[in-house]
Amino acid sequence: MALQDLCKLQEVLVDRLSAGCSSEPFGTTTGCNYVSGSPFSDAGMFHFYIPAAEYLEESPIRFGQIRPVRSVGAASSPDSPALSWPPGLPLASSHCVPLPFPMAHGTTTLAFLFQGGVMVAADTRSSCSGLVACPASQKILPIHSHLVGTTSGTSADCALWKRILARELRLYQLRHGRRVSTSGAAKLLARMLHPFKGTELCVGATLCGWDGGAAGGGRDPGKNPSSVSGASLCYVCSDGTRLQGALFSVGSGSPYAYSILDQGVKWGLTVDQATAVAREAVYRATHRDAYSGNCVDVYRVSSEGWTRRTREDLKEEYYREEERRGRPSE
Amino acid sequence: MEYLIGIQGPDFVLVAADNVAANSILQMKHDADKMFKLSEKILLLCVGEAGDTAQFAEYIQKNVQLYKMRNGYELSPSAAANFTRKNLADYLRSRTPYHVNLLLAGYDDTDGPGLYYMDYLSALAKAPFAAHGYGAFLTLSILDQHYRPDLTRDEAVDLLKKCIEELRKRFILNLPSFTVRVIDKEGIHDLETLTSGPK
Repeated sequence: MALQDLCKLQEVLVDRLSAGCSSEPFGTTTGCNYVSGSPFSDAGMFHFYIPAAEYLEESPIRFGQIRPVRSVGAASSPDSPALSWPPGLPLASSHCVPLPFPMAHGTTTLAFLFQGGVMVAADTRSSCSGLVACPASQKILPIHSHLVGTTSGTSADCALWKRILARELRLYQLRHGRRVSTSGAAKLLARMLHPFKGTELCVGATLCGWDGGAAGGGRDPGKNPSSVSGASLCYVCSDGTRLQGALFSVGSGSPYAYSILDQGVKWGLTVDQATAVAREAVYRATHRDAYSGNCVDVYRVSSEGWTRRTREDLKEEYYREEERRGRPSE
Repeated sequence: MEYLIGIQGPDFVLVAADNVAANSILQMKHDADKMFKLSEKILLLCVGEAGDTAQFAEYIQKNVQLYKMRNGYELSPSAAANFTRKNLADYLRSRTPYHVNLLLAGYDDTDGPGLYYMDYLSALAKAPFAAHGYGAFLTLSILDQHYRPDLTRDEAVDLLKKCIEELRKRFILNLPSFTVRVIDKEGIHDLETLTSGPK
């Protein structure tokens, strides 16, 4: 991939810096499928696991890719205004072998920054082609003490990649004595997922974390308030998108959640108000979206780390609202 | 969905890009920056398929910087454009082509300003003005009509505003704001973000 060509570029341009970085460094012989993240491996800079594209060809299932070469322009055209809907399902444009069994998709997750840190919420329904595979799944996975990630897309893929990310971040922390920033973790995840682009792997994660020390790592307080706090939010998708922002919602229920959040989220919310907005957004999305439902999980990431609110069943909320509106249900 | 435009003057290049990062029908980000700084006087504007844009543009960006570190001097805009095109062409017939459309704008101390148009099939053309995206269909004829090689900076910004006004009026999608930058012999300068007002 790109790193491969960087090595070849080295040979062409100047000199071979280390004999270890030869023309075939990427795990084809021993079956060891990872590469060190940089050709300058003896400098001991970064050792990250980034899967090599060749590994995909050796796998018996081939991760949903078919040969021959995906023709240019026949694949998903970004300029086409005919968008597939709902966004939670895999795009029909990629040419793939049929999956061996239906994968779990469809969710509502959201996260936003406010003065008290990062507020994260998600539903708990895992759906699988129209049936509820698990009504009590966990879509917000803690990665380390100050970073949580929401999962959307294929549950299995998300769970796996979160664990791989957690491993890599922990190794970095042990080697270098400090934590990777949220946007750095997002970049790492995006690079790890890039070789799988064009396959059926589907991960839409929002990484929500607190960077730096308790004071937010000494940023310039003269700028807007969000640069003083260490709260940070980054959306990563398996198609390669990586966006840093202050408010994201991902999943088939995300448009419903966005409309609630766009009205209610402000920087100055108290923790209780922010919790209420997050919960309301998930509740409205679960009401309208068939693939979201059951309970809601709410987490908050602050300088002390992440804290979790007890899981709440939204069925009760629906009945309470019916009461409030004067329509007591039977 | 996305829009890029570049206008070359006698001693500057004016470039603008929209600020929307979209996913399906949603605007995920309203302040996305689609310009990548390759060196002190070269900007790469990159739109296209979701992950490919950042991956490819950052790859080019780091390689251009690496060249400077190794050799002590920077790549000229023309050399950077040809390097970018070569990479696009090499990946085009691989298993993983990059679906990106690019504008490369730069100022060379010997050759002056330059604007290079590149598309996802790795075509490369040096042009006095260029645009990418559906918006290009609506605005290229405005550029054809009003462009002169001896535009001043203010006239170029007015021409840009005419193009954005046409998009606001006729383009079905909402592109509320645009990042605008100018490259001249002093380097890259940010101009005021242009917003299209209410209809």
